[in-house]
Amino acid sequence: MAVERVTATDAALELINRLTKRHGPLMFHQSGGCCDGSAPMCYPEGDFKTGNSDMYMGDIGGAPFYMSKDQFEYWKHTQLIIDVVDGRGGMFSLEGPEGKRFLTRSRVFSEEERTELEQNSTV
Amino acid sequence: MRYDAPNTPESLVHFKNRYDNFIGGEYRPPAQGEYFDNVSPVTGTVFCQIARSTKEDVDAAVEAANKAKEAWGKTSTTERSNILNKMANRMEENLEMLAVAETWENGKAVRETLNADIPLAIDHLRYFAGVIRAQEGTIGQIDDDTVAYHFHEPLGVVGQIIPWNFPILMGIWKIAPALAAGNCIVLKPAEQTPASIYKVLELVEDILPPGVLNVVSGFGVEAGKPLAQHEGIDKVAFTGETTTGRLIMQYASENIIPVTLELGGKSPNIFFEDVMAEDDSYLDKAIEGFVMFALNQGEVCTCPSRALIQESIYDKFIERAIERVKAINVGHPLDTDTMMGAQASKEQLDKILSYLDIGKQEGAEVLVGGEAAQVDDEDRSQGYYVQPTVFKGHNKMRVFQEEIFGPVLSVTTFKTKEEAMEIANDTLYGLGAGVWSRDMNTAYRFGRAIQAGRVWTNCFHDYPAHAAFGGYKKSGIGRENHKMMLDHYQQTKNLLVSYSEQPKGFF
Repeated sequence: MAVERVTATDAALELINRLTKRHGPLMFHQSGGCCDGSAPMCYPEGDFKTGNSDMYMGDIGGAPFYMSKDQFEYWKHTQLIIDVVDGRGGMFSLEGPEGKRFLTRSRVFSEEERTELEQNSTV
Repeated sequence: MRYDAPNTPESLVHFKNRYDNFIGGEYRPPAQGEYFDNVSPVTGTVFCQIARSTKEDVDAAVEAANKAKEAWGKTSTTERSNILNKMANRMEENLEMLAVAETWENGKAVRETLNADIPLAIDHLRYFAGVIRAQEGTIGQIDDDTVAYHFHEPLGVVGQIIPWNFPILMGIWKIAPALAAGNCIVLKPAEQTPASIYKVLELVEDILPPGVLNVVSGFGVEAGKPLAQHEGIDKVAFTGETTTGRLIMQYASENIIPVTLELGGKSPNIFFEDVMAEDDSYLDKAIEGFVMFALNQGEVCTCPSRALIQESIYDKFIERAIERVKAINVGHPLDTDTMMGAQASKEQLDKILSYLDIGKQEGAEVLVGGEAAQVDDEDRSQGYYVQPTVFKGHNKMRVFQEEIFGPVLSVTTFKTKEEAMEIANDTLYGLGAGVWSRDMNTAYRFGRAIQAGRVWTNCFHDYPAHAAFGGYKKSGIGRENHKMMLDHYQQTKNLLVSYSEQPKGFF
């Protein structure tokens, strides 16, 4: 099975499913810096305009997940594991009113995984 | 001493059970009639409810601001200056009350709100009360017959989205220049810290004409987003993170309005070997500068979260610095002896802990801390406390590259000045930096070459009005805290006047 750059926990998948029913197709963009930074932001698909500066990391729960290329350069040795915690905020991210926040947990890739990612460099 | 907790009989602070929106000079319940619970991070318990606003409420606030803007924009600068000074005076008369309210709201140690947050907010109002009266337009004589006059005019209505790390101070940073320049405001406090700004509002609401300052509370996606997208505003000012910053620019592009963005950083704090040339009070100051990462529990966009120490002094320097970190008293935020209080929210605590995890996974060495803090007293057992933490590692680790927004410092060493500069600038961000050296040439050259908007030189975390604050690179657009901020809230009107009585002869 191919190494995934981004995955989601069951709790995150469940919340994505719930939000999809309410808001339609979704997308994620990994934020950086400041108060709500380092948080994955969840929007209705197409609400956030991705561009040349972004890269596609994979899908979670059917929703595409993006992050800025320059930020990815600093993060690429880690797998992003999207989880959910209680809380609020998240600026314009859709889950705020649910009393939940998506949270990015991370795992450092093994040597083998890194090699495989480099060989199958789809990014 | 310890201040009594708000809403207890002897406390300086009594929050209402519920706060509505403040629109057109009056408190109005949210259109949908819904409220949300506001939690104190000190205890993790609910202390009031706040209006959960939606687009209808934002529409009403923008309408009220637009109604007020013409009259407010035509007030004299003297009148606006006097109003800002009156606001400052009221806040000063209630400084302790506001400090306790802010601590209860945000979790930060009361010694900081007493000595920094609230006094700085007061001074900021006075600064803009001063500079607006001294502001002048310009006259350019194009030729003997033609004169270009430049006038400053307010933009009209501005939307301001406030972060949770300094709820009152960041509010005033944005409110003061906008009002001074003659704009009306629709302000959206952070949903994590919405209540303390209402304590300011209660003090100043009778001073401002109705509709000049409107507050709409609620969640970002339900209230902040309709504000940022609103066709009735002429500018958006935002402090927060990069993805939302981009989204705000995207919305602003739909209405072709300007933005100012303050988007955080990963500030290097650089210690050259000559700081240890003497064992004196300067060295003591430099060690204190290292420990500044713990100010406000590290929840500062300019937190000096990367320390770069010259290798030749590393062992001796870090020994003293870690001793000082160990002396940080994490305690009850309302206790005046407490040096570090609670993180502002549960999700913030979770995020910080996730970074402590990734730092360890990446192989960073924990020099001190590294865990959530254990709290002895029962009423704070559900609060959000973290141990001040110092990692040692290298600049490619994520704990060196991402803003953790907690009391977490990542330390590395350098051999040469060139290496120090390379590490300092190897970051997406460029908000703050610190340079510590007894050699003025080193300090000057470094300060100029670091790609950051604010380089503290032989100091850190001072925020006086009249020193421009803002970012290079991914840290944002625009400058706050300085009279140049007036320009960010003003239009330029040019009258190009001909005093010639002769036709051009073209037609």
